[in-house]
Amino acid sequence: MGTLIPAFDFQRCVIEPWVSDPWGTGWIIAMGFFVLAAGGLVGNYLLLRRMALIGDAISHSILPGLIGAFLIFRNSGTLVSVLGAFAAGVVTVAMIEFIHRQTRVKPDAAICIAFTSLFALGVLMISALESQGSFHIDADCVLYGEIAFVPLEEPLQFAGLTLGPPSAIRMAGILALVIAVICIFYKELLVTAFDSGLARSMGMKSGVWHYGLMGAVILVVVGAFESVGAILAVATLIVPPMFAAQLSSRLSVRLVLTMVHAAISSLLGLHLSYWLNCSVAGAMVVVGAALFVAAWAVTTLLSVWHRQQSEPESSESSRATYSIP
Amino acid sequence: MNMRVGWRLKPIVGRAVCALGVWLLTAPAAHAARISDIAESTLLERAIRFFSFSDPSLRFALAGSILLGICCGLMGAFLVVRKLALMGDALSHAVLPGVALGFLWNLTRDPVAIFVGAVLTGLLGAGTVQVIRQTTRHKEDAALGFVLASFFAVGICLFTMIQNLPGGNRSGLDKFMFGQAASMGPQDVGLLAVVTGLALGAVLLFYKELKITSFDPAFARSTGLRVQIFHYGLMLLLAFAIVASLQAVGVVLVSAMLVIPAAAAYLLTDRFGMMLLLASVFGLGAGAIGSFMSFVGRNLPTGPLMVLSASAVFLLALLLGPRHGILSRWWRQVSRSARIRRENTLKAMYQVLEENDFTTDQITIKDLAVKRRETLDEVEHQVATLKRHGLATISSTGDAACLTPAGWQRACEIVRNHRLWELYLTNAAQMAPDHVHDDAEEIEHVLGEANVQALERRLNFSRKDPHGKMIPGIEDIHAGRALSRDSERATGFGGKA
Repeated sequence: MGTLIPAFDFQRCVIEPWVSDPWGTGWIIAMGFFVLAAGGLVGNYLLLRRMALIGDAISHSILPGLIGAFLIFRNSGTLVSVLGAFAAGVVTVAMIEFIHRQTRVKPDAAICIAFTSLFALGVLMISALESQGSFHIDADCVLYGEIAFVPLEEPLQFAGLTLGPPSAIRMAGILALVIAVICIFYKELLVTAFDSGLARSMGMKSGVWHYGLMGAVILVVVGAFESVGAILAVATLIVPPMFAAQLSSRLSVRLVLTMVHAAISSLLGLHLSYWLNCSVAGAMVVVGAALFVAAWAVTTLLSVWHRQQSEPESSESSRATYSIP
Repeated sequence: MNMRVGWRLKPIVGRAVCALGVWLLTAPAAHAARISDIAESTLLERAIRFFSFSDPSLRFALAGSILLGICCGLMGAFLVVRKLALMGDALSHAVLPGVALGFLWNLTRDPVAIFVGAVLTGLLGAGTVQVIRQTTRHKEDAALGFVLASFFAVGICLFTMIQNLPGGNRSGLDKFMFGQAASMGPQDVGLLAVVTGLALGAVLLFYKELKITSFDPAFARSTGLRVQIFHYGLMLLLAFAIVASLQAVGVVLVSAMLVIPAAAAYLLTDRFGMMLLLASVFGLGAGAIGSFMSFVGRNLPTGPLMVLSASAVFLLALLLGPRHGILSRWWRQVSRSARIRRENTLKAMYQVLEENDFTTDQITIKDLAVKRRETLDEVEHQVATLKRHGLATISSTGDAACLTPAGWQRACEIVRNHRLWELYLTNAAQMAPDHVHDDAEEIEHVLGEANVQALERRLNFSRKDPHGKMIPGIEDIHAGRALSRDSERATGFGGKA
């Protein structure tokens, strides 16, 4: 065990990365923040609509989309991959809705059937292609991704300025897009998430917002896929919004808290991974989950304390209320 | 999305990732996950070799896949009816840290240590879901997603820490991600057999209790059953099943083997016992077909093939299921609307006969077309359909038709149903006589013999409908085509009323 968990060395874990490689450290944290924040912002709406696990389904089923796009176009370029992943996401959502509407299978089972079948298809396609030797993608990378390779990319140049690793810039673009959409359509998104009946009566098309949200989920997951992998992409959709929802009931506050949570967990996660010598993306999610557990413990203790403080009054007042005929 | 900074699977980085082998140690799991590496043989030879069961590794893989299918199908049936399908998914991810901890116990792939560790973290995950649901405002899906993601992240961290440990036999941990049915040894198959036996035994012993707690927890509680105990008992069995199956199909696809066969069974039957049986049989079939295809088709991994076989079974059940299948439903609908069209034509023929006071048994196509307000072509087509069903004959000139005895009987029945219902609505439901026709048009096709008799009794065997037309009685129906002028019968004095 002693060798498994090295002693905490402040110099090595916290100072060293910033001194020896500020570019790499900075971009890893930035990428972690972009992924967690974009996923978390979208995830807030998923959480309100009780669709948290749709993200799980989409992130798994992107795999056959990528491979299928490669098979059709014989090209693993940007546009092709995005198209393939997007198509796979759409197919997943359509399959889930089809199974749910056309049969008596419950939605949770429908989700499970759709994404596991597609994922199995993806794994099968990978191994078939690998045996032909025409394609190489490590199936393990698909599951966990590797955020530590982000700074190794050729930096993107624009007008003579060195901007940064392309994948991080791309994720920043997705985050900016998500923030912009939320700012512009805040009211519509709020109403459709909380009360679809009211939304319809106000003339909003709840179907449009539903599929718009699905589109946003697919976009975020596709962007995050490479750096954090399929399964941890689910974490970005679920963990930050749960943390925020634990602390506030107001959607606007939750959105801000999500961003704060994303920043803290990417920063602490990186240092945790330097300390324990483990996967960066995994460590970021572990920190994020720990933050949720802390928020949970604090709110639970606070509510218990509040109850004890107000116990005599509340019992009296409740008796008073009940005595009124 | 900004295309300039667009997305791509960078082949160079991808290759670097694989070359560095940061994640897992040996060859890609998918490579190793096939049962056999027979380089030079034909499909047929490999198929023959499969059925001769001569390879020991094949025997173990096949036995393991079959046991896995039975065990997962059985447990999955409970997940599906309890609406816990995603619990299987969450638990299969939540056992990962346990696998790593079990490995750390003595730094070897000791199946017992890994099994115990994995079951413990699986149960911890199930408990966490329950606690989050009870103490926070989060709903089930969020709780499941949280457990899935956070436990998996802890597992990934532990795995990567183990890889960076100096020394120690680390090979084989990667198998738990994608599974490797080919590497199953006697120990693994034995474990699966024990778990399957346990699951079967528990289901047989506590069948009634498990059924009640699954379908009606409130009733179960009222009879004094401890619902929570059965829930956690099931979760324990589920964790056993998942951990024993990880070796063969891996973390992600275990949940598929749990849910898909059970969902296919759910489409086919309404009885829980039958569903358990069907789910196990489908699981067994998927396991056997998966390992067969993996053996016969070269270089194909077993786990995904098993899952896809199960998906194929589900698809077949979805399309062809006798009661809920999409194609069966579609066929029922098509044949029902065809019958209604036929019956409407028969009714029109009766009405044409009635307008002619039943003086002739020939119905000209032209009269029928006027009655149906359709073109001659359409009516000819409909009469031809009636002829195919033995309900009418067409005259040699082709411009007139006659009802056969069977057609006459059905035509009388439809007209009777229609008029009886109109009479019922005006007499019993106090509706205006000019408002009852549309309703009767609908119901005339579905009234059964018992309903008709009840209606006749209720209406005191009245013979006249609200529009003054005669209602054909039982005598008319059984009279065949005889055009008698007996005054007791509707067809005897049609038009005289």
